[in-house]
Amino acid sequence: MSLEFTSSEMMSVTAARALTSDMTCFVGIGLPSEAANLARLTHAPDVTLIYESGTLQTKPDVLPLSIGDGELCESALTTVSVPEMFRYWLQGGHISVGFLGTAQIDRYANLNTTLIGDYREPKVRLPGGGGAPEIATNAKEVFITVKHSKRTFVKDVDFVTTVGFGRDGKARDNVPNIGRGPTVVITDLCILKPDPDTKELVVTSLHPNVTRDDVIEATGWEIRFADQLDTTPEPTAHELEILRDLKARTNAHHAGQQ
Amino acid sequence: MAEFLSLQEAVSRHISNGDTVCMEGFTHLIPFAAGHEIIRQEKRDLTLIRMTPDLVYDQMIGAGCAKKLIFSWGGNPGVGSLHRLRDAVEKGWPNKLEILEHSHAAMACAYEAGAAGLPFAVLRGYVGSDLPKVNDQIKFIECPFTGERLAAVPSVRPDVVVIHAQRADRKGNVLIEGIVGIQKEVVLAAKRSIVTVEEIVDDLDAGVNACVLPSWAVTAIAEAPKGASPSYALGYYERDNAFYKEWDGIARDRETFQTWLKDNVFEKGAA
Repeated sequence: MSLEFTSSEMMSVTAARALTSDMTCFVGIGLPSEAANLARLTHAPDVTLIYESGTLQTKPDVLPLSIGDGELCESALTTVSVPEMFRYWLQGGHISVGFLGTAQIDRYANLNTTLIGDYREPKVRLPGGGGAPEIATNAKEVFITVKHSKRTFVKDVDFVTTVGFGRDGKARDNVPNIGRGPTVVITDLCILKPDPDTKELVVTSLHPNVTRDDVIEATGWEIRFADQLDTTPEPTAHELEILRDLKARTNAHHAGQQ
Repeated sequence: MAEFLSLQEAVSRHISNGDTVCMEGFTHLIPFAAGHEIIRQEKRDLTLIRMTPDLVYDQMIGAGCAKKLIFSWGGNPGVGSLHRLRDAVEKGWPNKLEILEHSHAAMACAYEAGAAGLPFAVLRGYVGSDLPKVNDQIKFIECPFTGERLAAVPSVRPDVVVIHAQRADRKGNVLIEGIVGIQKEVVLAAKRSIVTVEEIVDDLDAGVNACVLPSWAVTAIAEAPKGASPSYALGYYERDNAFYKEWDGIARDRETFQTWLKDNVFEKGAA
């Protein structure tokens, strides 16, 4: 018997499954935050979630709208200052996974959250780097979750806000004290991983009911598929229930204020 | 010792046209009441510094207070763009806005270096990023001990800083609780500081390791209840997330924004 679920739910559940209880995760806002909290509420109850506002080991009951909602501070083990967060906890090497979203991603998993077009005359101005540039290099590894589309998955990003493996796939080579970089990208269509040699993103698993052509059409470069292409396991009834509850609780909370 | 002033007096006396002004509060305790007073007093040509410009700088930029913005993440958190900021950057309305952008880690380090009286900050940052190509304030240096290549940015030492805090006692000592962000560093980095507070109390009731700014480290204190709304003050009121969402519609259009500004800022007096 098959359950009904949306592609967004498939993405959140798959992203959540990437986390385990022994990880210390620096969480980006939006999709990563949803996935990280779903992990905490299902299979990874002891995962340590850290947000850049300084909240260490937080356990929010609803998803925060901003990176510094009161909920994060009140449910945290402790809250530290922003320089302490970036200097001691992140740069100091205490973060195992940085979990990031993005506006654009390219074949070498470089992320662009700065702008579309030319820097001095942008077509679209985006928010900018925030914590991501240093999360991506100082965390031991990076997970990325983003919806799959041709606008998002481009051959070369317009601007490297946050390095994946650089314009040539070699940006991390011989750099001391740098993390492994992106190890997995989870979209609403598939799972991608960097090729061990070239670092180019390769599809390793298709979500149920997604075809190769769906991914090809939603990707802005000639996407490669792994020789052994898996099918991502469907969400369980339990995961869907927890996710839907979390989202309903969050919507009610944010709408109910004032 | 900190001087108790009305918000109007504090802004009028300590902020001048052309100043470098830093209004901090990392998603929490954002000094909106002070921002509105700066708009009402029609301060101009300010260089605004803030890690996350948020709605407060969107409003000040749209009102024409700023000539330059130094920041590291310029969005409406969880909602989308800051439309007034974008209009200024993309179309030069109401005036051209020069921008200089960093990452959070670099700005946090730059504030800390400012507080420490150092000329620059050093961090393991900006590796592989294009940001150093568009910001000439990001340089790389070699560690004199290990040879490691590290990023360097100038410290932030603003003319005046404005922050909001939960409370001050009658001597002018200030308590900040919850997400303390960068507030202590930025006050110590600045030449002058204005702290708005929810209330003035007899006893701060601070724990021994609490984040307290002594009166002699602060220039002026102004009482401004709900002075951080629509952001929040832990222990006083919650973040008005509904307004953050509503702002997207208000700020998208120049006319709607100007009407909002007239009704909610210019026709309201200082707290």
